[in-house]
Amino acid sequence: MSGAPDRSEGRPRGDQWLRVVLPIAVLALGVVVWSAVVRVNAIPPYVLPSPELVLETLVADWGVLSASLVVTLITTLEGFVLAVVGGVVLAVLFNQSRLIEHSLYPYAVILQVTPIVAIAPLLLIYLSQPMAVLACAWIVAFFPVLANTTLGLNSVDHNLSDLFRLYGATRWQVLWELKLPAALPYILGGLKIAGGLSLIGAVVAEIAAGSAGAGSGLAYRIAESGYRLNIPRMFAALLLLSLAGVVIFFALSMASHLMLRRWHESAIVREV
Amino acid sequence: MIPKSGYRFSEKDHAPRIRNTRPICRSELENVPADSAASPLPSGLPIVALRDVGKTFANGVVALDRLDLDVRPGEFVSLLGPSGCGKSTALRIIAGLSEPSRGKIEWRQADAANAANPRRIGFVFQEPTLMPWATVAANARLPLKLAGLGPNWQARVDAALERVGLTGFAQSYPRELSGGMKMRTSIARALVTEPTLLLMDEPFAALDEITRFRLNNDLLSLWQSLGKTVVFVTHSVFESVYLSQRVVVMTPRPGRVFTEMTIDAPYPRDERFRTSAHYASYCRKVSEALASAMGEVT
Repeated sequence: MSGAPDRSEGRPRGDQWLRVVLPIAVLALGVVVWSAVVRVNAIPPYVLPSPELVLETLVADWGVLSASLVVTLITTLEGFVLAVVGGVVLAVLFNQSRLIEHSLYPYAVILQVTPIVAIAPLLLIYLSQPMAVLACAWIVAFFPVLANTTLGLNSVDHNLSDLFRLYGATRWQVLWELKLPAALPYILGGLKIAGGLSLIGAVVAEIAAGSAGAGSGLAYRIAESGYRLNIPRMFAALLLLSLAGVVIFFALSMASHLMLRRWHESAIVREV
Repeated sequence: MIPKSGYRFSEKDHAPRIRNTRPICRSELENVPADSAASPLPSGLPIVALRDVGKTFANGVVALDRLDLDVRPGEFVSLLGPSGCGKSTALRIIAGLSEPSRGKIEWRQADAANAANPRRIGFVFQEPTLMPWATVAANARLPLKLAGLGPNWQARVDAALERVGLTGFAQSYPRELSGGMKMRTSIARALVTEPTLLLMDEPFAALDEITRFRLNNDLLSLWQSLGKTVVFVTHSVFESVYLSQRVVVMTPRPGRVFTEMTIDAPYPRDERFRTSAHYASYCRKVSEALASAMGEVT
């Protein structure tokens, strides 16, 4: 029994420490093994470049790569914003009108379940290349926002709805004062998924466009480097894409935490 | 729709109504010891009356059948019954949250002599039913905000919070509060519109006994100082006897009034009353009535 308080006190701090150190240790180990495998087997860089070479390339090609990164990030951001606006607005319309919901919901599902890789080439025929890439980012990202917001708007406490009715709340007041705040945690959950997906949508469309010989985003750089057997640059571009995805995820998690920390269960650190 | 006005009670409606009173209950009522210092039951016209009210839900469940109930101005009346006896449904019908399938609800007219609008209702649910994203003050302010705030809303919110003893917690969020404090917030929200009629649906059922006793006492002193009419739904014999001037015992499936009993004990009631033989004898009688009410169907 005497050891119990020590353990419960030490656990959260030890946990936090491990959560930072362990992934870094795994990364370091992976890089060391990767480097050793390349050196010992004398693998040529056009098959598998060493991590050092990837970093060198990243620095050497920074001009080209950073410009492409900016292009991809802007597309992702635009797709994300449109997805959030489109998803939330459509969910509110669905919530307000059964007619609209029944008419349009099946098509939202169809748009979601059709693989984006199959849609991208078609969009490239009808839209300009940047517009097609943006459309892809939007299509992939908007559905989780729509689905989550719809769920949130329908998850309002029944007694609270009764209370609003009792005090004669208008439709607008119910939406603005009750439904949207109640749906906020769900909406933010949708945004976290949508952030990563809009990057994926943008990359898929750039790859599709890249094979048609146009574009300048990071995914296009990867495709182009593949044709030229510039494998180190492929790795460098891939590294940047992953980092961009990680940054987007953490930024959205942080935003969500800041918005919910005062009141929502998900943001509470419980003491055991 | 419930008629807003146009109804005047006749002398006949005015008469006390006791339905389904079987001989056993009648004798019990007569055995109740008389207390000369008891607060008299308010005798005015009913503030609201349910007449022959029935409610059948879409799934065929008959929640209420031929319910007659008078609520007199200023009184504290409890609806007592097992779960499923339709007492919450009756409360929701009075609040206008549910439409009766048959029968009608008659409201006393708001006239010049009686400025208070009888249909100004405060409702307290079984759960605190607070908006978790809003502070205690914002939760209490909600009814005013939905009505467009109006003048000196801040003072009214402050006054409501002070009445329930939450002055220092205006900026707290619901999750930072204990169960009893959440319920106090809920009561402050119900009081902020200065309602004439306070409807309470098992508000303290989920609280621990110590907290429930304290809130019982606080509710009684609020009722005495503010002069509201309270309809209190509960499944606790002890709570109903402690709080009320009148206990209406209901039968389950379908819900209707089985009998009603006057609790002839003076206010303020306190721990002395709660531990008195007088209280115990009322509790026993109400328990017996409740048992017969349930025996009627099982």
